Amino acid sequence: MDSFDVAIIGAGPGGYVGAFRAAQLGLKVALIEKRPTLGGTCLNLGCIPTKALLHLSGHYAWARHHAADSGIKLAGIELDLAALMKKKDAVVQKLVGGVAQLAKARKITVITGHATLTGASTIEISPAGSPPAGEKTTITAKNIVLAPGSAPSELSFLPFDGRIIVSSDHAIGFDTVPRRLVVVGGGAIGLELASVWARLGSEVTIVEFLPKIAANYDDDVVRLLTRLLTKQGMKIEVAARVTGLKSQTQDPKSQEGAPAVLLAERDGKPMEFPADKILVSVGRRPVTENLGLEKAGVELDEKKRIRVDDHLRTNVPGIWAIGDAVAGPMLAHKAEEDGAAASEWIAGKAGHIDWNLMPGVIYTDPELAGVGLGEDVAKARGLDVRVGKFHFAANGRAIAADAADGFVKIIADAKTDRILGAQIIGPSASELISEIVTHMEYGGSAEDLARTVHSHPTLSEAVKEAGLAVSKSALHAL
Amino acid sequence: MPILNVKIPAMGESITSGVLAKWHVQDGDFVKKDQPLFELETDKINSEATAEAAGRIALKVAAGSEVKIGQLVATIDATADTGGTESTTAIRNPASGVAPSPALSISPAVRRLAAETGVDPATVAAKGKGGRVTKGDLLAAQDVGNRRPAAAEASAGRPETGKPVTSVSAESESIRSPGVPVNPPAGAQSTVSAQPAGASSQVRRTLSPLRQRLAQRLVQAQHEAAMLTTFNEVDMSAVRDLRARYQEDFTRKHGVKLGFMSFFVKAVVRALQEVPVVNARLEGDTVVENHCYHIGVAVSTDRGLLVPVLRDCDRLGFAEIEQRLADVVRRARDGKITLADLEGGVFTITNGGIFGSLLSTPILNAPQCAILGMHAIQDRPIAVNGQVAIRPMMYLALSYDHRLVDGREAVTFLVRVKQAIEDPARLLLSV
Repeated sequence: MDSFDVAIIGAGPGGYVGAFRAAQLGLKVALIEKRPTLGGTCLNLGCIPTKALLHLSGHYAWARHHAADSGIKLAGIELDLAALMKKKDAVVQKLVGGVAQLAKARKITVITGHATLTGASTIEISPAGSPPAGEKTTITAKNIVLAPGSAPSELSFLPFDGRIIVSSDHAIGFDTVPRRLVVVGGGAIGLELASVWARLGSEVTIVEFLPKIAANYDDDVVRLLTRLLTKQGMKIEVAARVTGLKSQTQDPKSQEGAPAVLLAERDGKPMEFPADKILVSVGRRPVTENLGLEKAGVELDEKKRIRVDDHLRTNVPGIWAIGDAVAGPMLAHKAEEDGAAASEWIAGKAGHIDWNLMPGVIYTDPELAGVGLGEDVAKARGLDVRVGKFHFAANGRAIAADAADGFVKIIADAKTDRILGAQIIGPSASELISEIVTHMEYGGSAEDLARTVHSHPTLSEAVKEAGLAVSKSALHAL
Repeated sequence: MPILNVKIPAMGESITSGVLAKWHVQDGDFVKKDQPLFELETDKINSEATAEAAGRIALKVAAGSEVKIGQLVATIDATADTGGTESTTAIRNPASGVAPSPALSISPAVRRLAAETGVDPATVAAKGKGGRVTKGDLLAAQDVGNRRPAAAEASAGRPETGKPVTSVSAESESIRSPGVPVNPPAGAQSTVSAQPAGASSQVRRTLSPLRQRLAQRLVQAQHEAAMLTTFNEVDMSAVRDLRARYQEDFTRKHGVKLGFMSFFVKAVVRALQEVPVVNARLEGDTVVENHCYHIGVAVSTDRGLLVPVLRDCDRLGFAEIEQRLADVVRRARDGKITLADLEGGVFTITNGGIFGSLLSTPILNAPQCAILGMHAIQDRPIAVNGQVAIRPMMYLALSYDHRLVDGREAVTFLVRVKQAIEDPARLLLSV
């Protein structure tokens, strides 16, 4: 029976980064993954495929709607969805292949199959397929890291069928462009996939339960995003509670042969949304069943997440848990930080995690990015803050790139000027937020941001100006 | 010599190192002969060094560095062209009013604030990650009027330097190349308005180098010595009566008041003569006997406790003791004490009574092996010949190093002091 210093269950960003770090620290590592490819949800079904689709669909939409008024005449623009999807798949393959190569180079033992704990330090792995592709194997490990990740949450009255009621797993690979796509849930995943399909030609309606989409962002950010997405052709219905589904067979008179009609209500008034596909993206739930956790005695919390302490240890000595399966923001980079930290602690080094400095991004156009405290949250808590806001409409690069919608907002402590948080809506927000996170990492002030040189002409100058705006000293705006 | 080495001068046998607290010039400046170059802080006194020749100075150590006697801290290039105004300061960031120590990484906002307010980031309590000073830290320091105590005190009252240091210079105007902005002095007042209400309930300050060294020495003293304290009490009525009777004549004749100290100094000298083991110190396994009676008297000043030494107290009369004491106290408080004033003591007397202390356990003034603590005089009922009488009583404490002095000797010493105070005739008659 093979024995390891650490065995990691799940090769998503948390698992594979944890494995890489453990290998760097000289530990003997086993990485177990039920899928034939590594990379978990992020590489195979989530982050990467959606970013590829957003990029490709963005070009298509630009070619169709904006090329002409830029003096670029394109005749007969067509979409070959199969080819587009193949291109997206190639991106995924490249990355999962890269992870596999790195794992091999680092002499990590990769085992494919479904893992279950049979004790506090033993794991049984069953190969996939039925009949199974091989024999069961058992390994032991001094430390086990559980990184089983998460899966799309389902609404009980709208179970996924993969044809009409779909999750993001399906929505990254439709074989035709749905005529009408209804997206339930206006968070990052819903907004991104809504954007993709709207660009590719679907009539998209976003149905959100809360009074605003992108609920983690300040009201001014969300108002602008809503206006811009609506301009892009999406319909956005907020404060709408989904109540049920009407299928064609139920109502022969349903509109224009829609396979399904989503039922919802707002303030007691009923609403109906005919749909060819309904994407349910109301959140993700931790995958903690069928892992044999009970056999090992690992406890879950009330949300079925694996319960861990501030060092990512479960209640069973030697068993750790990371990523989406434990509390904290469900972000790939959070899982990566968890994975690296857990490996460092296992190796007896000083790991660290700080979930408060995790930036979040929504990859719509324009992008949204945020870190730390937003203005609304800070004010609701009664904190004494100063806010600096700078619009991309005053930024040279943004205007030159035809992407001048949006702004950068810095929230700083009124007394010490320390940056408490930031929100950006605009071009490359995902990249621009990094600089602000860096300054926050060492307790930097808005003035520090403002006094750092930024190249001209770049979008990042808007970040500098927002830093200046905190003390009402912005130069390129009043 | 074309290149002049600027080294830390010798300052007395007990001083082997110090802190180069502050540079008065910047790297690359052209200095004139006798121009003040830097301030050296030791745990006894501060002194100032001046340039022995004119030339262009190159600094070798940063302000705030520990330096040893004899260490090279700068060079002066005497061949440098005096007319040259091309200074290396032109390319340096003009906002750096205070040279930060090399290891400190300072953010742009902190740099700006330091330049505008003169607060040295190296002296500010740093609450940023990894010990970095953040803008908030600097704002807090400046609001609370937090300055490096030693530097401010030094610029306030420059002490006279003793002979070993290069000559004392009058304030000469600084030679700076034109075009280099004048940097605000370290003691500049902040221009920012006061801390708004609701300020933090905790304020953190870094100890000045002087205090840090004092702290080190105090702890060291405690670690090395086996220190304990024995107590007694003394009836001050005899001394009080003598003072009442002779104060007028004494003051008129000697120009100084008759205080308590002369009595205690004389009593201590007598006790040292009778219990000579207390007049010694331990160096490793060697006992060094003192055959002199240099008594240190602790004086409280703004910068902290100083202990000027009255020499040869066995040969001084009461008047001379009072006169010398008055003089040395005045100089200590004015910051004009010299190294010679502070060296050579064999025993120390400290008086917590002036602040109201009734009883305490003084800490040894290393390397001395004993210290006498005087306290407040309080009218108390005591038994005198079987009757209750109200007498002005003072508790006495003698802390001593048990490695050298044993209990019997310490108690005897204190009893001798008590006897001499309660019956001053003993001092006259050597009984």
